Amino acid sequence: MKIEEITSLISGAVVEGSDTPQLEVDCAFASDLMSDVLTLRTDKQVMLITGLCNTQTIRTCEMSDIKVIMFARGKKVTEEMKELAEDDEMLLIETPLSLYKVAGILYGAGLPGVY
Amino acid sequence: MHFEYNVEGGDFTNAGTTSSVVKKMMKQLGVDMGIVKRTVVALYEAEVNIVAHAYRGVIYVDLEEDHVCIRLVDEGPGIPDIAKAMQKGYSTASPQVREMGFGAGMGLPNMQSNADKLNVTSEVGKGTTVEIINYF
Repeated sequence: MKIEEITSLISGAVVEGSDTPQLEVDCAFASDLMSDVLTLRTDKQVMLITGLCNTQTIRTCEMSDIKVIMFARGKKVTEEMKELAEDDEMLLIETPLSLYKVAGILYGAGLPGVY
Repeated sequence: MHFEYNVEGGDFTNAGTTSSVVKKMMKQLGVDMGIVKRTVVALYEAEVNIVAHAYRGVIYVDLEEDHVCIRLVDEGPGIPDIAKAMQKGYSTASPQVREMGFGAGMGLPNMQSNADKLNVTSEVGKGTTVEIINYF
């Protein structure tokens, strides 16, 4: 699913990496637990949907080869997080919707889960 | 190639910096991406453990032609029962660590599944040494 389609479905805004709107993701994973994210085993292009908004969210995704992160429930990405994300060419999205609602909408629109 | 990095306990802002550097280095050397990912996930879990549990530590990275050997040596409280710490779900992490998205008792088991060889030794009151070896 294209990032453009994702952001329009969940009233989201790309706040970092806006020069890659054509990027696509194959599936998504929703979690606030980074330990869980680090156990993912897939070669697919994954988007993480999370309410955990700190530098370790970015670091975890860097180690897990996850290039797209969506922060739910109005969480605001910090400048420090943006710098780390830019360094690894990641795309960060903010949405005012809850994690449950985001997951429901995107799953319903055809974006599958990792498992 | 041999590299050494210092890690400070409690410094969550910089947790993962070493793992990031090692990832870039392995990528530049053309190591298979699957092996890079397994290595840095195990290393990152171990690096976060130093930040979360120890006072300070040193990460020694030896990159050889056919394998990478990473030793994380920390000064800290140590692990009284390593077998228990290796069990999924067992954790002594602080609320601060949990707020960062860790401390679910999954770190050591995940290191094990991402390392070809994992050795953990510890002395209570002195510190813990974790050795991760992955072959290319």
